[in-house]
Amino acid sequence: MFSEFLQYLFTGITIGATYALIALGFTLIYNASHVINFAQGEFLMIGGMATVSLTAMGVPMLLAIVLAVILAGVLGIALQRLAIAPAKNADVVTLIIITIGASIFIRGLAQLVWGKEYHVMPNFSSDEPIEIFGAVLNSQSLWVLGVGAVLVAVLVYFFTRTLTGKAILATSMNKDAARLVGIRTQVVLMLAFMVSALLGSIAGIVVAPITFTSYDIGIILGLKGFVAAAIGGLGSGMGAVVGGLALGVVEAMAAGYLSSDYKDAVAFSMILLVLFFMPRGLFGAKIVERV
Amino acid sequence: MFKKITRRAGKFTAIAAAGLLAMNVQAADPIRIGSFLSVTGPASFLGDPELKTLEMYVEKINEDGGVLGRQLELVHYDDAGNASKARNFASRLIRSDRVDIIVGGSTTGATMAAVPMVEQAKIPFISLAGAVVITTPVKKWVFKTPQTDRMAAERVLNDMKARGLTKVGLISGTGGFGSSGREQTLAAVKEMGGIEIVADETYGGSDTDMTAQLTNIRSTEGVQTILNFGFGQGPAIVTRNYAQLGIDLPFYQSHGVASDGFLELAGSSANGLRLPASPLLVPESLPASDPQKPVVEAYKSEYEARWNSKVSTFGAYAYDGLMLAVEAIEKAGSTDKEAVRDALESIQGHVGVTGTFNMSADDHNGLEADSFRILEVQDGGWKLIN
Repeated sequence: MFSEFLQYLFTGITIGATYALIALGFTLIYNASHVINFAQGEFLMIGGMATVSLTAMGVPMLLAIVLAVILAGVLGIALQRLAIAPAKNADVVTLIIITIGASIFIRGLAQLVWGKEYHVMPNFSSDEPIEIFGAVLNSQSLWVLGVGAVLVAVLVYFFTRTLTGKAILATSMNKDAARLVGIRTQVVLMLAFMVSALLGSIAGIVVAPITFTSYDIGIILGLKGFVAAAIGGLGSGMGAVVGGLALGVVEAMAAGYLSSDYKDAVAFSMILLVLFFMPRGLFGAKIVERV
Repeated sequence: MFKKITRRAGKFTAIAAAGLLAMNVQAADPIRIGSFLSVTGPASFLGDPELKTLEMYVEKINEDGGVLGRQLELVHYDDAGNASKARNFASRLIRSDRVDIIVGGSTTGATMAAVPMVEQAKIPFISLAGAVVITTPVKKWVFKTPQTDRMAAERVLNDMKARGLTKVGLISGTGGFGSSGREQTLAAVKEMGGIEIVADETYGGSDTDMTAQLTNIRSTEGVQTILNFGFGQGPAIVTRNYAQLGIDLPFYQSHGVASDGFLELAGSSANGLRLPASPLLVPESLPASDPQKPVVEAYKSEYEARWNSKVSTFGAYAYDGLMLAVEAIEKAGSTDKEAVRDALESIQGHVGVTGTFNMSADDHNGLEADSFRILEVQDGGWKLIN
């Protein structure tokens, strides 16, 4: 009985950690620009697919990962420079629609370059699962959790301790004021897209051994990540992590104890409930609109 | 005046010659084989090898002198997996291209969209799609080459019974293939008796972890074996989770994943699992006495030599469809639609790649569940069990 519960919990936390990493990417760009970047899932896909195809070409795994992350970073910058920046004065909704267009474009390109098949990436460490109190844990799950924790710590440090991080925050609070104190807001935006692309691609790489990877893996994972960010409260890093983990655990518990048919329904009704009672999400900023 | 007459005569001979020529052309008029396939779009993994197979064998048959001394002409459209496009193309094939027979319809949706037009126009139609509904109830003009998912379910359940496994945990994808497979498995269990489904779990097409469902099945009282009916990457994840959880019950998959791509994805976790599949996966392990052996081997080597890519079960459906059409036309001795249809219905013992076809008035598929072979994954390869 207890081992089953533990099994569901492990499953939930692993999926949840993936959602959390994606949600963090959403949060980052949202913080800098109030744009919800629907191409976030595509960064995830680029990370996984580029690593797989580079290793298939004979590049050592570690180097392949580094190159894939750099590729995603460049793509993030390109997305901001070529798609978002030209529409400078457009309102946020237009920018969000642009990101949707960009994601379809990137996905189409990936399908042409890499084809439609699913690909496998080997586990980082052993293939042997770890057994704890009768429940088993994929060793890759530990990598997902570990990498997730490190990334969160780095992000917290970045936003609270570094000038660049603070510049991003300042830009999100008041673009004009930020410009007045000498922050180059366009550069800051570019930086936000790059960091979020790096984050997304790393997430894509660590989860690829669990989920496989293909040109369209970004659609559903990106959507779930967005849901996690919304539960946690858009713009809150803490919220993204808690929202992601909560979503994953609820899904796994619902599949285990209720019915696998309803697991997605349970997850989505959770969002409805949270947004009914806490419209800004669990950790959303309490903003008072001035009239 | 004389000049005029000669000119007229000249004209007349020219017209007569043209007329003769036209008659000649009519005598060697090609037999038009119509086809609509999902060559692009989400079902392209079906349509692509199917089209390649049709093109290749139409060419080959023409080089060998054609059928009834006439050349074959393939008229083909790409429905991109879209049922309403399939319907339009079927109508175009019938009305403006005036084809003699249709071999096509990669998906059940595309096939069923074309069926009303085909029935109305009274033209023989050989579908390449799987579902039971295509030929049950029997439609006068509609035939199909792949086995149904019902046969796959029966084949698997029979193999389980033979191993003394009677309590089955079922896990299936919620996509079209998985849910139809689940229904057919439940129906087959009811009909066969002596075997029961003790757990019934599902997973979504893009789910990335099925550990929870498998844990549930494992902790179900008395479960002896697990069957997964699904398509795409889902079954590969189920297979990996199965191995991670260390479940040691005998494991079955459906024919939906009978491909080398699945073996690559599932890796060593797939060792020991069994599934129903076409003999095309194991041509070299077929016994020499097997009537299908030469057909399967020839198709595999010809396809791979021509296209330089791996042969697939789906292309074989098109091969069987074309060969059945050719046999029917030869038997009928003409392309008269009624005669070809009657000939199709009376085909007996036609050895194809998918199986041996025995058509009849109440079976327009003509295959037995036994045409599926049970394969087991051993050391990352397929092994023929029976």
